[in-house]
Amino acid sequence: MDKDIESTDKNHYQKDSIINDFCMTICTVNGSGSATANSTLLRALFHMGIPVSGKNIFPSNIKGLPTWFSIRVSKDGYLARVAHDDIIVQMNPMTFEEDLKFNISGGVVFYADHIDMEIDRDDVIVYPMPVKDLIEQADVPRNLREYMQNMVYVGIVSQILGIKLDVIHQVLLDQFKKKTSVAESNFAVVKLAADWAKDNLEKKDKYHVEQMPPLEGYIMSDGNTAGALGAIYGGFQFCGWYPITPASSLAESLNTFAPKLRKDPETGKNNFAIVQAEDELASIGMAVGAGWAGLRALTSTSGPGISLMTEYMSLAYFAEVPVVVWDVQRVGPSTGLPTRTGQSDLILNYYLGHGDTRQLIIIPSTVTECFEFGWKAFDFADQFQTPVIILSDLDLGMNLWMTKAFEYPDKPIDRGKILWEEDLEAFGKEWGRYLDVDGDGIPYRTVMGNSHENAAYFARGTGHDEYGNYSEDPEVWRRNLDRIKMKIDNARDILPEPIIQENQGARIGLIGMGSTEPAILEAQDKLLEQGISTDFMRIRALPLSDKVKEFIKSHDRNYVIELNRDGQLHEILNIDYCDQSDRLISLSYIDGLPMPADYIIQSVSEKEQN
Amino acid sequence: MSDRKVETNQVGLTRSDYRGERSTLCPGCGHNTISVQIISACYEMNIDPHRIVKFSGIGCSSKSPTYFLSQSFGFNGLHGRMPSMALGAAFADTDMKVLGVSGDGDTASIGLGQFKHLVRRNLPMVYIVENNGVYGLTKGQFSATAERGLELKYQGENPFLPIDIAKEALIGNASFVARSFAGDPKQVRELLKAAFSHRGTAVLDIISPCVSFNNREDTLHSYQWGRQHEAPLHDISYVPTRRAIILDEFDEGQTKEVTLHDGSIVVLKKLEHDYDPTDKWQALKILEQAEKERWLVTGLIYVDPDQPTLYDYLDLTEKPLNRMTNSELRPSPGSLKEINQSMV
Repeated sequence: MDKDIESTDKNHYQKDSIINDFCMTICTVNGSGSATANSTLLRALFHMGIPVSGKNIFPSNIKGLPTWFSIRVSKDGYLARVAHDDIIVQMNPMTFEEDLKFNISGGVVFYADHIDMEIDRDDVIVYPMPVKDLIEQADVPRNLREYMQNMVYVGIVSQILGIKLDVIHQVLLDQFKKKTSVAESNFAVVKLAADWAKDNLEKKDKYHVEQMPPLEGYIMSDGNTAGALGAIYGGFQFCGWYPITPASSLAESLNTFAPKLRKDPETGKNNFAIVQAEDELASIGMAVGAGWAGLRALTSTSGPGISLMTEYMSLAYFAEVPVVVWDVQRVGPSTGLPTRTGQSDLILNYYLGHGDTRQLIIIPSTVTECFEFGWKAFDFADQFQTPVIILSDLDLGMNLWMTKAFEYPDKPIDRGKILWEEDLEAFGKEWGRYLDVDGDGIPYRTVMGNSHENAAYFARGTGHDEYGNYSEDPEVWRRNLDRIKMKIDNARDILPEPIIQENQGARIGLIGMGSTEPAILEAQDKLLEQGISTDFMRIRALPLSDKVKEFIKSHDRNYVIELNRDGQLHEILNIDYCDQSDRLISLSYIDGLPMPADYIIQSVSEKEQN
Repeated sequence: MSDRKVETNQVGLTRSDYRGERSTLCPGCGHNTISVQIISACYEMNIDPHRIVKFSGIGCSSKSPTYFLSQSFGFNGLHGRMPSMALGAAFADTDMKVLGVSGDGDTASIGLGQFKHLVRRNLPMVYIVENNGVYGLTKGQFSATAERGLELKYQGENPFLPIDIAKEALIGNASFVARSFAGDPKQVRELLKAAFSHRGTAVLDIISPCVSFNNREDTLHSYQWGRQHEAPLHDISYVPTRRAIILDEFDEGQTKEVTLHDGSIVVLKKLEHDYDPTDKWQALKILEQAEKERWLVTGLIYVDPDQPTLYDYLDLTEKPLNRMTNSELRPSPGSLKEINQSMV
């Protein structure tokens, strides 16, 4: 295979060669089977040791509408979306003209030559691909031609850029697992197309891919798979869920992995239950019921589902029921852009519920953090006897990311203050379900099945005293609600602390959360090149750690960067730290796409120059 | 009288061990009668109260679980959404008896969806609807089970046809459907016992008059109407397994027997008509006829003791899930290593 690479070597050392640093967007028709081809390219680049990220921009549609898959290759390890394309692979006549506008000058267009379209730009390099001819020549069953024609661009692009065919071969074998013959027939198309390109195309562009040292300690995964695995290693026992984009694949991953990982070793029976509910009103009801009964319970949903879950979340908060809720955010209000990403559910979740509520929120930024928070969330929920919401988003949840390998939990499962028969017998103090024995606002709980004569109590959403008895006494109400507030407040110091990246002497702070981290890290480097030195604080939980305020206070100006219209994190910071509001500047917008670094670089440098 | 022996059941408990707080419902409320029969049924069936868990929604009926079985755990959930909560909790210990108490406002409006999905999944539980045709706690609005033409003090005349809970359950493929009347406590008790022995969702639609807002003698959910128009399908007796010998007391040919999952037997003594509660078609017909002719048809309307339950589909371990140890819950480090390797 090395010979294939050599043929392009003569171009390698041209002055303007760009090696391992470009963005390539593959434009296809939804439902045409391009996902396998795209992930083959993505994984092959990863196997060559090159930092890479892939973003699938897809419509709310099963078949027919345009879809785009952007692969960013970055020797420097930048994983954020970029708003322009160096390379376009065009398989979709519908979007041909429009897509071309995103191509930079000096960029490259690969296009299926059956698309009858004029390319009216002379500043791009064009490679036609005889997709139909090549697929005719290949030995492919007629019914699979539409799908396998995507392997033509895999072969041609690999040949021109220098992606190794033996790596492509290996990735195909991995992807098709036991179906070796399917992998081989796909590879035959790749090889045919690569050979055609070698013989018929002269490399004229400046983009190259080169092997880098292996990416030790990294894997490729999406956040929803990671979240499900985290839940499994956190000892999840019950999941009630309802399908919704972009959260469905989280519960579906539980369905894939739990039967393998969570069987009783002796009987081979399942020690978990997963139930697809009739709606989100029921999925949260099931999870709250299970959490109350002593199971590690979760549900996964997105914004519209959270709206429906509100009343049960209010009950769970007040009846003090541990439960874990994943909100994989999409774009609202209303049905909004159901297949696009955003961070607009922050305020909704933090204050979720009627009456005085405040929920615990944890916000992962990376796929590996989805795994980590996936198991930790159960410990927090049990520890504080309250719902824990994990705020992910479509970009993190559904896209395939290069991420650090999942780390096995570094501490044992913490079930919090739960009393079984022998614990109650040995308790030695007065016990009431809502009695604050330790002065930390967290009472001890018992669960159904406990046969101790004092164990049973009646949980309710109505006013109750320390023993769970119905009460409308003003004093009792106030005392109870204040205790719950204290409990939630105490979580500030226990939930994941903010992560702070400092540049010595920086007076400017960047504050962000969740999946915008890659854009902020990239912007930090590029702002420094412009002479603007910044520190970065990534907030990982609400209520806010005291360290957040320290960071804000120690910077003259803090840019709060987020993917929503109103600057919701900025609003929460302003409420909690109103004395710091002149140090807080909101940088926020939402258009459905992941945030590129350019937005931050431009916004910050403009404001800093004024 | 100091040497008077307090009677206990076979698990060594007295009847008062099955009681709860004093009821705060209106004196004469049908729901109180049902609470008393729940106490009797559980006492007589020798069920340990620690092995029962109670759930309810919102409304007068849903307040009642504090008025019985104070030694049992319970959770008073949300309006119409008790089924989902009960379902999630039931998985914690699938050997426990699950008892849900709802009302017509709770089940037949917001709760209709969860109710139908509960019976469709056939979660083993007793689901009681204390049905009075009216919203009591909010003071006398029509519920969805109110008959057309019903006049209420502040509401005027109800223009809509009612929802029949037993019919909804049947059409929803419920495995146990019964209707009873709070004015017929013996029948309520025997049906409750059968329901507790059934493996699957046992729906008990119990007409339970609201003495404050809907008890006029000419209305379908009143005591007087019930007493005058009750048409029992059979005279029902519950016979626990070990007392099967008692069956000899019943006249052969005049009874029908249904053996429930735990081996207990429901003996149905023939009254006016031959009625077979395992025939769903006949069940639907009798409900339709009763509605047309305005009888209050009561008894065991339909039962399928062998319908698979939700647990059967999920291949669950038998050990209570909520007593699993940490080592049973977290897979090994080696398994995670393999997962990581599969993702490069």
